[in-house]
Amino acid sequence: MESMATRDAYGKALVELGKLNKNVVVLDADLSKSTKTEKFAKEFPDRFFNMGIAEQNLIGCAAGFATSGKIPFASSFAVFATGRAYDQIRNSIGYPHLNVKIAASHAGLTVGEDGGSHQMIEDIALMRAVPGMTVIVPADGEEAKQAIFAAAEYEGPVYIRLGRPKVPMIFDSNYKFIIGKAAVIKEGTDVSLMATGIMVSEALKAAQDLEKQGINACVVNISTIKPIDENTITQVARITGAVVTCEEHNIFGGLGSAVAEVLVENYPVPMERVGVKDTFGESGKPNQLLEKYGLTAKDIVIAAKKVISRK
Amino acid sequence: MVVLNEKQLQEICKDMRADILRMTERAGSGHPGGSLSAVELMAVLYFNVLNHKPQEPGWSERDRFILSKGHACPVLYSAMSRSGYFPVEELLTLRQLDSRLQGHPNMKALPGLECSSGSLGQGLSISNGLAIAAKIDKKNYRVYCLMGDGELQEGQVWEAAMTAAHYKLDNVCAIVDYNNLQIDGKVEDVKNIAPLKEKWQSFNWHVIEIDGHDLIQIFQAYEEAKGVKKKPTVIIARTIKGKGVSFMENVAGWHGKAPNKKELEAALKEIYG
Ligand SMILES: Cc1ncc(C[n+]2csc(CCOP(=O)(O)OP(=O)(O)O)c2C)c(N)n1
Ligand SMILES: [Mg+2]
Repeated sequence: MESMATRDAYGKALVELGKLNKNVVVLDADLSKSTKTEKFAKEFPDRFFNMGIAEQNLIGCAAGFATSGKIPFASSFAVFATGRAYDQIRNSIGYPHLNVKIAASHAGLTVGEDGGSHQMIEDIALMRAVPGMTVIVPADGEEAKQAIFAAAEYEGPVYIRLGRPKVPMIFDSNYKFIIGKAAVIKEGTDVSLMATGIMVSEALKAAQDLEKQGINACVVNISTIKPIDENTITQVARITGAVVTCEEHNIFGGLGSAVAEVLVENYPVPMERVGVKDTFGESGKPNQLLEKYGLTAKDIVIAAKKVISRK
Repeated sequence: MVVLNEKQLQEICKDMRADILRMTERAGSGHPGGSLSAVELMAVLYFNVLNHKPQEPGWSERDRFILSKGHACPVLYSAMSRSGYFPVEELLTLRQLDSRLQGHPNMKALPGLECSSGSLGQGLSISNGLAIAAKIDKKNYRVYCLMGDGELQEGQVWEAAMTAAHYKLDNVCAIVDYNNLQIDGKVEDVKNIAPLKEKWQSFNWHVIEIDGHDLIQIFQAYEEAKGVKKKPTVIIARTIKGKGVSFMENVAGWHGKAPNKKELEAALKEIYG
């Protein structure tokens, strides 16, 4: 299967976007090689601004660009963009609802060897809590590309979570990403696997394994975590009567929490959360870490069986 | 505390450079450039300056070392192991699953680390806390904090600089590894930090400028800092990123890339001659 890192898709999309829209400006904080904004920097040196190792300044500066009618994309690693600069995001961007796009790479455990200091597992929770912030977690390169374009079209603050490693391509150009819409990518009646980011392809694998064991799983890609697609989530929960959420994020505050909020208010069904169980990560190879922290198709299968038994 | 003569220190520096390269080669990732630029600064500190007991990392009177530029932990791990904190063989576990030698320092994993770092710009604030606590507790330990030059772009560094001067923390000694490179290129091109000496002076620090690869100048700077009263001291050390390995010197690309086997062999040949 073809594969691509969502950060690579971001780098390419930015260049295309830059050609189409002169108002797009890009800011980085000494990580342009890793976040892939360097492609834009090469193509449009006059619209690229390196803020140096100063993420709070990066975000604040983006706010000023936005009030001047520009469409700023601000990039760094997820841990620094959302963690270090949280107050700037909240007060300079969120509060006035400015048109800033925060596209952060190296989210989650799959950062790998850099270890726990760099493996951001709270960014979805942080960004989701900012009133009015849109939060998008693309599952593959195609969706990442479309999400960048959609974010540029949309007026308001957007957080886009990107990853370091290559991930399998799930979608082709026939797919249409829409902010706020979840996509059922495999129908099923016994259990719903609701996944985001790199966990979507794991959920698809898990669904195949479950199929062999006579369990018919539905797979839903929830790439917009906020505003979340209450309709699709509720509909699918009605059909399957059991839900497993899958995310490369702390089980507190991320996709699992968002889905649970929808379910308890609309259609409560048994639910299990596959995610990082409130612990920091550590150095290791991405695959070793996904295994150690329980984020593989195997873990989803176990959770699916457990939640079905609770029906 | 061991005290080595210049010749012995030179030999230790060779071993430390070799350690950094072997560790990162084995790990397949890591940060050789900014580790190599700080070898002499760290060797003099760990072997001739720090008042510490590697066999007793929790000794309450020990001097504290804070690696603010956490990505350079290979040089710290090397200095620690060669001064007796843990076996040198363990160095080769760098960045592997379950290793105590995390890709960025984790103080909960390895005794002897005084902080967890990796997010740049935070170490000097931690140092200030340690230093003020020493004053409250009437302890004589000193606090050393190594920062990168790119790292100085973080606003928090300057908040901490003001704090140290305000509280007259003469037990704080900051060291800037002034190698003029960060990830995206030359510091002066990415975001200029000059004039650096004047910045620190205007923040009411005692400033010492040295060649950061000259063992004697380094030792004298640490000694001078000990004698400065009512002011914190910063040592601005002019260094070369990737120092000691010709193909790594002054090349931004070696900031966060490990050598392969061939490159390791070539590098070791240069180091040991
Ligand atoms: C807050 C924060 N932002 C970004 C990074 C990513 N990063 C790691 S090292 C580095 C460059 C450091 O340059 P410098 O301080 O000059 O270190 P040295 O040259 O000594 O390696 C960057 C941007 C980080 N670790 N922390
Ligand atoms: Mg530097």
